[in-house]
Amino acid sequence: MTVCPTQAIRVVKGKALLNPNRCIDCGECFRVCPTFAYTVMHDNIEVLTKFKNRIALVPGVFFGQFPDNISIDQIHQAMKQLGFSHVYEIEGGVEILKGAFNRMVTSQEYEKPIISSFCPSIVRLIQVRFPGLVGNIAPLIAPADIAAIYYRKKLMEEGADPKETGIFYVTPCAAKIAAFKSPVGEEVSSLDGVINLNFLFNKVYHLIFQGKIVDDNSSVEIPLDLPDEKSIRWSLTNGEAKNISGRALCVDGIKNVIDFLEKIENEEVTNIDFLELRACDESCAGGILTAENRFLVVERLNKRARKHGLLIRENPDVKATSFADKADYLLDRIILPQKIEPRSIVLDEDMVKAMQKLKKSRELMCFLPAIDCGACGAPTCQALAEDIVSQKANLSHCIFMQRQMEKHNKLSNDHAFKIIEKVWGASRLDKDCYKKGAKYETN
Amino acid sequence: MMYFDYKVAGGDFTGAGQASSQLKKALKQLGVNPVIIKRSVIALYEAEVNIVAHANKGIIRIHVTSDLVKMELDDEGPGIENISKAMEKGYSTASEKVRSMGFGAGMGLSNIQLNADIFKITSTPGEGTHLEIIVQFK
Repeated sequence: MTVCPTQAIRVVKGKALLNPNRCIDCGECFRVCPTFAYTVMHDNIEVLTKFKNRIALVPGVFFGQFPDNISIDQIHQAMKQLGFSHVYEIEGGVEILKGAFNRMVTSQEYEKPIISSFCPSIVRLIQVRFPGLVGNIAPLIAPADIAAIYYRKKLMEEGADPKETGIFYVTPCAAKIAAFKSPVGEEVSSLDGVINLNFLFNKVYHLIFQGKIVDDNSSVEIPLDLPDEKSIRWSLTNGEAKNISGRALCVDGIKNVIDFLEKIENEEVTNIDFLELRACDESCAGGILTAENRFLVVERLNKRARKHGLLIRENPDVKATSFADKADYLLDRIILPQKIEPRSIVLDEDMVKAMQKLKKSRELMCFLPAIDCGACGAPTCQALAEDIVSQKANLSHCIFMQRQMEKHNKLSNDHAFKIIEKVWGASRLDKDCYKKGAKYETN
Repeated sequence: MMYFDYKVAGGDFTGAGQASSQLKKALKQLGVNPVIIKRSVIALYEAEVNIVAHANKGIIRIHVTSDLVKMELDDEGPGIENISKAMEKGYSTASEKVRSMGFGAGMGLSNIQLNADIFKITSTPGEGTHLEIIVQFK
């Protein structure tokens, strides 16, 4: 509840309620929740059976989940055994994005700094908390979507039936799943489904671990899919910024991003051409649906990037995957068809009423303790004050206020008890030795 | 109507921007147009930094109504000898220390004027400066 950067969570009857208008799908709540109360909706692997051609689009960070002794070839084989007919990496589309960003940076047409649209949580964060910066977001689709458009076109050209072709993105983040279910800036997603990376990792790793996948060295020495060094690093921190001419900066971690955007909004920081902003610490390597430690993933990806770089440099015949054969086709399709709109959080649609509510909530703050304990079910005292003026909560939800009310005989012991149960659930005041950290801790 | 007030300490660059951040938060909750919020906040931030850079201390008083935001800034400091000159774009008296921090490019007062609907400035050399900045919501 308290980690939510948009204060979207309230506790009611012992359960966390998520306000969908405020939620930016960053997954910070999922990361910290001790009882695994938050779940991420995703497509199950069974959806594959609906299609004849079942394409998995995987981000580089997926391969970074596996220890060094497992080869890319083994992973590919396991994926095929799980039902995928094709496995492609998404980073081929990076080359086209790089060009588009650099053209935007040098063009007078766009407001600076240009903010990358790579991270879907960041796009949502700006819509909700920084409506004035919505116009700075580059109206471009993400690498996974570019890859989806490219491989769909390619398969069609090879004679595949569009109705029998399903393209699935294996995602390290919840925001990408939300972006698929309710896209921003486009009507329909270019994907047919999204698969939780952590879920797939466990399936693949299990098969390999049980010895069902043997590295038979039958695969070609040079993989068919060969993103170049820079493309592999694209999803890591500084992956974009390092490829942009002009003054480009990268900020990762949602709190850091918010602090930085505050400065940009105040024009405390100016003369920046390009901003790469990532909600997760260590970017996609720290995605909430990853399995491995983020720093190990970064190390593995960097190692792989260097390996690919060497391979390309030492073999003049080897070309990196860059989707160059369909560059014009893709360039026509990488611009988001719809404008990204602000989703501001206001106290009331009517400004006069909003003003009264704001005034009232400031008056309430004179009484609330400002310790942000969260016992009332709201993340901060200020959030409770705002809920009270919007008639979503009562002053008696605050345990400090309860003491005051009891002292002045305005609240009975029984009633105070009931209030706590209303927020935290019926048996919450009872002894429970099975909770986390208690004597008989169990999950 | 709503009222906020803030104290500003001269020379405290790290603390600058607090008043503008608070104002921004309130205006967002009221649903003020983002462009207007931006103008108000930029004007206030420039004025806040002016106090930090030039004066010993100052007070910011902000009044928000449903039509406008009025910001009054009073400082105790050296004041301004020649206001019309100070208003010129690029005119600066900033010391080397201030300039090295990225301030003092001489855009402050003219930038405030650019973002305000009404901008009044009075100053008594040797005593201090008074600013009144109004940004209308419509």
